[in-house]
Amino acid sequence: MAQASGIDPLVDMEDDRPKWDNKLQYLLSCIGFAVGLGNIWRFPYLCQTYGGGAFLIPYFIALVFEGIPLFYIELAIGQRLRRGSIGVWRTISPYLGGVGLGCFSVSFLVSLYYNTVLLWVLWYFLNSFQYPLPWSTCPLDLNRTGFVRECQSSGTVSYYWYRQTLNISSDIGNTGTIQWKLFLCLVACWATVYLCVIRGIESTGKAIYFTALFPYVVLTIFLVRGLTLPGATEGLTYLFTPNMKILQNPRVWLDAATQIFFSLSLAFGGHIAFASYNPPRNNCEKDAVTIALVNSMTSLYASITIFSIMGFKATNDYGRCLDRNILSLINEFDFPELSISRDEYPEVLMYLNATQADRLAQLPLKTCHLEDFLDKSASGPGLAFIVFTEAVLHMPGASVWSVLFFGMLFTLGLSSMFGNMESVITPLFDLGILPRSVPKEAMTGMVCLVCFISAICFTLQSGSYWLEIFDSFAASLNLIIFAFMEVVGVIYVYGMKRFCDDIEWMTGRRPSLYWQVTWKVVSPLLLFSIFLSYIILLSQTPPSYKAWNPQYEHFPSREEKLYPGWVQVTCILMSFLPSLWVPSVALAHLLYQHRRRQKDTHLESGLKPQESRSC
Amino acid sequence: MLWPLFFLVTTIHAELCHPDAENAFKVRLSIRTALGDKAYVWDTDEEYLFRAMVAFSMRKVPNRETTEISHVLLCNVTQRVSFWFVVTDPSKNHTLPAAEVQSAIRMNRNRINSAFFLDDNTLEFLKIPATLAPPTDASVPVWIIVFGVIFCIVVVAITLLVLSGIRQRRRNNKGPLGVEDAEDKCENIITIENGIPCDPLDTKGGHINDGFLTEDERLTPL
Repeated sequence: MAQASGIDPLVDMEDDRPKWDNKLQYLLSCIGFAVGLGNIWRFPYLCQTYGGGAFLIPYFIALVFEGIPLFYIELAIGQRLRRGSIGVWRTISPYLGGVGLGCFSVSFLVSLYYNTVLLWVLWYFLNSFQYPLPWSTCPLDLNRTGFVRECQSSGTVSYYWYRQTLNISSDIGNTGTIQWKLFLCLVACWATVYLCVIRGIESTGKAIYFTALFPYVVLTIFLVRGLTLPGATEGLTYLFTPNMKILQNPRVWLDAATQIFFSLSLAFGGHIAFASYNPPRNNCEKDAVTIALVNSMTSLYASITIFSIMGFKATNDYGRCLDRNILSLINEFDFPELSISRDEYPEVLMYLNATQADRLAQLPLKTCHLEDFLDKSASGPGLAFIVFTEAVLHMPGASVWSVLFFGMLFTLGLSSMFGNMESVITPLFDLGILPRSVPKEAMTGMVCLVCFISAICFTLQSGSYWLEIFDSFAASLNLIIFAFMEVVGVIYVYGMKRFCDDIEWMTGRRPSLYWQVTWKVVSPLLLFSIFLSYIILLSQTPPSYKAWNPQYEHFPSREEKLYPGWVQVTCILMSFLPSLWVPSVALAHLLYQHRRRQKDTHLESGLKPQESRSC
Repeated sequence: MLWPLFFLVTTIHAELCHPDAENAFKVRLSIRTALGDKAYVWDTDEEYLFRAMVAFSMRKVPNRETTEISHVLLCNVTQRVSFWFVVTDPSKNHTLPAAEVQSAIRMNRNRINSAFFLDDNTLEFLKIPATLAPPTDASVPVWIIVFGVIFCIVVVAITLLVLSGIRQRRRNNKGPLGVEDAEDKCENIITIENGIPCDPLDTKGGHINDGFLTEDERLTPL
């Protein structure tokens, strides 16, 4: 039976490839890779913005028709071909080798900025071991008569994040100096990552027991604490109440599909690498469905916790808003202390408006609506470092909750980093770039060192602006292209029939009609539509960023600035350079084949005259 | 006779101390916010204590050591518990400059606060900014301590793992050689029975088994 180059026959063979100690390690590693910071701070934001419970409908539709099928392909192909991403694609077809190289480069870029987020989390974690928490008060100014002006206008939490942690510059062109505190945390973060990936899955397999399970413990603790806080139920009901009309907005469907895609960490090559260490006969269908469902359930679980704490925070802020107004009234009209309760406030206000409107007009009274506070949503680092840190300040025992929260974020991010690093290390190892005599510890050390040195640029004062650029542009388009090539490559180039035969050998069951239809038609179509929508959206809005500028007239609102020309060029380059590996490798292989064919015909034509002479 | 005097005193009092008077300061107390159930009622005795504390603060100022409690005038006490006060000079004709009163109050703010079980936020002197307490800076920030602990653990763990990896690699290199030595030793063991060495049939080199006579020698040649 003719076999394609490099594809080993399906046997229960024993090779010297590292293996998982047990199935649980493998499952936990995949779950840890898929469940990351996005489950905590992206999914609740999307739920909140897109009509609460109604968002779950497009989310689960995307999960069933796009997430799980693509995930199953990755696990199955990695388990079958037993190589990292570069090896797998080279094996399927030498023309598709560029997909593996592209995945490898995207994983490298993502590792850089993902670990930077972890270093911010580590900084907050280290600073949570004190009471009162450092972001609860403003620092004093030089005279010691008041607080620093910037802090007074922006609020203590924002000041601590933007000034005392990032020391952010007001413009992306102004790079500033390296912040030594962040630099130290960067060293610690990369040292921790190195410690865990030092021996590949041998070491991550041990570390994953803690880093994958600890977040669930902490989420449960926070859920119990959150639900018992005052205002939690308001938060939950308001944020989960479905608003079905939002489903008519096409952006909801686009964001649901994108969220499922990035939430499962597809097309990084990490799941392929993890699956390649499995024994050949392993039911990857059950694994794929299990892990994808666990990931989505974790998102839901986390959003219940987050919403109850947001509800508490909104109620707290609303109460404080009312109290400030009441204090202004009492001070101005010299009423006895505590004479106006929060419930009596509207009546008293009306009475005063009728009797002493002129004096009332001079007071700085703000209108307080609970819905306004509940509507304040945040996603990404803003949720963790500004909104949540403020909520934690008002919970009794603030330091403990802060330590737990940032510890949970750190372990969540760390387990995702394992997957990212595996998708960088496994292909390097399979390619055999370094001779076998070089120990694995040295190779992982070199990879971590290169990543660490590249990531130093994020500790500059403009680092967080660059991180936003990396976050928006480095991964999104490229991964969609790679996922599309994955589906097309496996189903159409490797062959649906051959793939189904392999799966039948590995799992004992042939893939059903649902899998075949989604692989052949639905998922590629969905991916193509996401890709188109992304391009359209990107071209419509000129890329801009929000800068923290104390000199801005509407400070503390962030100033919207356009990216300078050279930054825009970098963004565009980053969006599609990794994808260029695909056509360039295909072209290179085409040229190589062409030259080999030329050499063969040259040899043949060289032989022919001799044969005729011998006759 | 006394009535005109009394009338004069109150008129002077009213002239010197009234809201927004020259060199007058407004004070606001939030006793119930600070003390909750243990709040005391603000009455004339508390006012006397307040006047005594202000007089005490003024006495600390050079040239004002002769300030008496009667020189401190209070007026417009409201239910909020807010009032205005001025400090007059010994002649009771004019008030002391605001700057002097301000610096005196600022220097003794802590004593005044503690006399009433209040703090800078609940006993407010409007227009007299409080000197805020210096931040309690630990000599070594807490985060550096925690960072040092975590980093040392990580570095020690990395060193241990690398060293154990090196040791295992050295043992693996020595391992295959040890196996070969054992095989050689097996071949050199020659079994001896009845004084005649018998080589096992399956040794390398195909030794002839001397235990058997060859056929040629048994039969005499013809």
